[in-house]
Amino acid sequence: MSQTVVVDIVRIAVILGMFLGCVAYLVWVERKLLGHIQIRVGPKRVGPYGLLQPIADFVKLVSKEDLTPPNAHRALFRLAPAIALVPAILSIAVIPFGGTIRVLGREMPIGIADINVGLLYVFAMSSMGVFGIALAGWSSNNKYSLMGGLRSSAQLISYEVSLGLSVLGVVLLAGTFSLREIVAAQHPIPFVALQPVGFLLFLMASSAEIARIPFDLPEAETELVAGFHTEYSSMKFAMFFVAEYANLVTVSAMAVTLFLGGWNGPFLPGPIWFALKTAAMLFLFIWVRGTLPRYRYDQLMRFGWKFLLPVALLNLLVTALIVALSGGEG
Amino acid sequence: MNQIGFVLLSVLAVGSALSVILQRNPVMSALSLVVTIFSLALAFLSLGSSFVAVVQVIVYAGAVMVLFVFVIMLLDLGRREPFKLTGVGRKILGIAAVAAFLFQISASLSAVGVMGARPPEPLPPGYGTALAIGRSVFTDYVYPFEAASVLLLAAMVGALILAKRRI
Repeated sequence: MSQTVVVDIVRIAVILGMFLGCVAYLVWVERKLLGHIQIRVGPKRVGPYGLLQPIADFVKLVSKEDLTPPNAHRALFRLAPAIALVPAILSIAVIPFGGTIRVLGREMPIGIADINVGLLYVFAMSSMGVFGIALAGWSSNNKYSLMGGLRSSAQLISYEVSLGLSVLGVVLLAGTFSLREIVAAQHPIPFVALQPVGFLLFLMASSAEIARIPFDLPEAETELVAGFHTEYSSMKFAMFFVAEYANLVTVSAMAVTLFLGGWNGPFLPGPIWFALKTAAMLFLFIWVRGTLPRYRYDQLMRFGWKFLLPVALLNLLVTALIVALSGGEG
Repeated sequence: MNQIGFVLLSVLAVGSALSVILQRNPVMSALSLVVTIFSLALAFLSLGSSFVAVVQVIVYAGAVMVLFVFVIMLLDLGRREPFKLTGVGRKILGIAAVAAFLFQISASLSAVGVMGARPPEPLPPGYGTALAIGRSVFTDYVYPFEAASVLLLAAMVGALILAKRRI
């Protein structure tokens, strides 16, 4: 019993450590890649190739003064970064990183937990993150922050619907909400081949969910200074920052799990495949950021409701019809 | 262990529900309601209904309450004077409502037996999964389910007509 608990704690610690390390270095990768896309070199002063940049950033942020605006709602102002960060980190608990591994004579899956509603759990967590952003905007008592908070709540509510519908096709094909079983169902054909429309919808809706360019309206700096985190400094700002990148990693890992076959792949061991595919997805997101301009607010809303949602519904309908006609699950 | 967790969750749920009506700031009230919903979701989870628990969080905490907070922020509802009951008639009405509520709770508690009075029956296999709930919604409860969806559609159309006089 106690041995199991220790193994579980070690497992959680290892995965959490790798996840946060990945998040820290993602910032470096993004800055480097964006630099090269814009014909610059990106960070290069701190350590070889600027590799120590994330550590330098962290030290800088921690040592900065932690300001609270005089008329802010103090309790919520403090709580908001935590509400944004905690769900972002909790989401990785259900993502399967590989098949099984033998530790201390016990077969165990690579990943923290496998629950039968894993996919819905990730959605529940992602919908909690909205509160962090909305409350940060409201509690700052600053009109730019409030505008950013309002925009992001409206945007996240709008795109959550399309995001949910875009993955239902996968659920229909796999016949389960468990992420591990969804991955197992993608052997040998990954769902991106059967659900190409669903994959594209997922990419677009999830970029909006994590407020990446071209959907980064909540912090459009030309209009809103910095949006919901205008008044935040020091570690509280860093928590929003980490939450943003943690969400990016989670979304990439989810895209790999749901559409790209998860850890399945020839020759290489499972976790390596998973890491390679996730890295490719992250590269795609950064590439998009370096390429596209930002939408205007009305364009964003029109795109979400008048294009993404109908296409997602149609995709779901067609998938359901095909599954029903071919005598699928249920 | 499970019993202690359930009691803790119940205390959290009732406490945060009280906080919903006692807070002066509408944003804090809304957040207290989120805590209530979360503790109810965890209670569902401890009772073996993982699907209901997750849907509770997605629908109520994630969608409904986000909309509440959105509207509160949009309309900038600041601090309000606490609601005061005026007049004898209203006070009597309020006391009667509380009495009726307490009676209903005690009646339903004595109907099922207070916790631990009856040994819990073992759950059937597959209880609380998405499959089991989907089956029962689309077989045993298909008419109530469809009626609910028509009701929601009617509410949506009504809201549209109220909000947009000219379409």
